[in-house]
Amino acid sequence: MAAIELRNIVKVFSDKRRGRDLLTLDNINLDIEANDFVCLLGPSGCGKSTLLNIVAGFEQATSGRTLVGGRQVERPGSDRGVVFQQPTLMPWLTAIDNVAFHLKLKGVSKAERHHRAMEFIDLVGLRGFEHHHPSELSGGMNQRVGIARALLMNPSVILMDEPFAALDAQTKLEMQEELVAIWQKRRCTIVFVTHSVDEALVLGNKIAVMTKRPGRIRDAVNFDLPRPRDITSPEFNDAKRHILALIREESTRLAQAS
Amino acid sequence: MTSAIDVLPAKPAFRLARARQGLERVVVPALLIAAWEAVARSGMLPPALLPAPSAVLHALGDWVFGFDETTQTYSGHWLRDALASALRVFGGFALASVLGILAGVAIGWSRLFEKTLEPTLQMLRPIPPVSWIPLAIIWFGIADKPAIFLVFLGAFFPVLMNSIHGVKTVDHNLVRAGAMMGASERQMLTDIVLPAALPSIFAGLRIAVGSAWMLTVTAEMVAVKSGLGYVLWDSYYFLRYDIVLAAMISIGLLGYLSDLGLKAIMARALRWQTTTTVQGRNG
Repeated sequence: MAAIELRNIVKVFSDKRRGRDLLTLDNINLDIEANDFVCLLGPSGCGKSTLLNIVAGFEQATSGRTLVGGRQVERPGSDRGVVFQQPTLMPWLTAIDNVAFHLKLKGVSKAERHHRAMEFIDLVGLRGFEHHHPSELSGGMNQRVGIARALLMNPSVILMDEPFAALDAQTKLEMQEELVAIWQKRRCTIVFVTHSVDEALVLGNKIAVMTKRPGRIRDAVNFDLPRPRDITSPEFNDAKRHILALIREESTRLAQAS
Repeated sequence: MTSAIDVLPAKPAFRLARARQGLERVVVPALLIAAWEAVARSGMLPPALLPAPSAVLHALGDWVFGFDETTQTYSGHWLRDALASALRVFGGFALASVLGILAGVAIGWSRLFEKTLEPTLQMLRPIPPVSWIPLAIIWFGIADKPAIFLVFLGAFFPVLMNSIHGVKTVDHNLVRAGAMMGASERQMLTDIVLPAALPSIFAGLRIAVGSAWMLTVTAEMVAVKSGLGYVLWDSYYFLRYDIVLAAMISIGLLGYLSDLGLKAIMARALRWQTTTTVQGRNG
């Protein structure tokens, strides 16, 4: 049984003001195995975030079935940790209280919360900043807090919606390396949405290429280049060429159709 | 957190600039008071109609400390009068805060409350609180109650409006994050929506405390026989404009102090907002 099974997912947004419907996701089928690091790669507006939100339970599919751990997704839950595009931390809480927020909701004592959150503060390299508020931390640091917060819930899958898109190039590279290290250390299932071919190839061991609206899965490619990956190696570039060809093929098809 | 600028030793040039800044602030009020004193002493108007600042200060001093009974029956009774007004302000304001926040959060959060409760409240809102005075008097008589009722009316709506706004503008993704971490509906309200709406709620409370003082004084002029507003109106009947002005100054001062107190509470409650450091913005 796959960790995540998407069966015939269709999502139609009804645009009431203009009185028409917008087909956003068109018959998505995808299996994600446990401990996979899957990148959902596609251009802006292809519905990749919508697909992630459906798995997270934030949005409902118009039709189709979403199973996580064999159970139908109906609402958001702590079995699916989400890392948002913006850090989306509670600005009134310190880093450690943000990381431990899930435990607070469960009624765990403060000492116990902080003790358990410290492990994840260390994991994302934020020791010394645990008592800072989000407004006192940089964008990259806040995103680390967001990752630690998702990991602490020990979810069966982690869903990431372009979490590094707003970071500068250097911080982005650091975060990508650390995310891979965390994934290798903790063996978790990650679904990572991105529009960057390079990012998908650096991170994923499976890359699902999506088409422009309406979003479909063009192809799901396995990519087992050993890590750390050298982005200048011929193997990396071969894979990149293949992915780019998939995307280009798609846009020529669209151009011919119109 | 202390910023680096605050702990630097003050250089002479810096101290001079600071003194100049202080001077700039007092120039206009000092000139106004001096002109007022000069006009009052020149005899252009009878002293009874335009008391000099020195006379007002004298009246205020006697009202507070009772040294020469220039304020007659009020001499030395300032604390009693101020306390009477302050208690009404506090009573009405406290009631308005609790109910305003509860109703505001309910309306902001739930469609049901928005549909059922909000139209009625929005219809009551444009009615000036002072127009309730006749009803307040026949319902509650001449005492503290009509004043507290009026203060409540004046303070309730700013709290309500700002609470609704605060809840409605909570970042949608914070609510999603809460749902992702398994928050129940009640936890969503107490642990996410309420703290997120707090800056807006405090803005409402600060407007409300100003309205509360205005309405206490109005109520005391009409429907109550004690407090600063009563002294003001009573002195007007006895042509004691020095006491009228002393009462106005007292109200202004107490209103200002209430706002300072509220600001101090706000600074504590919203400490997370004020700890922003320069490098924290984007590093």
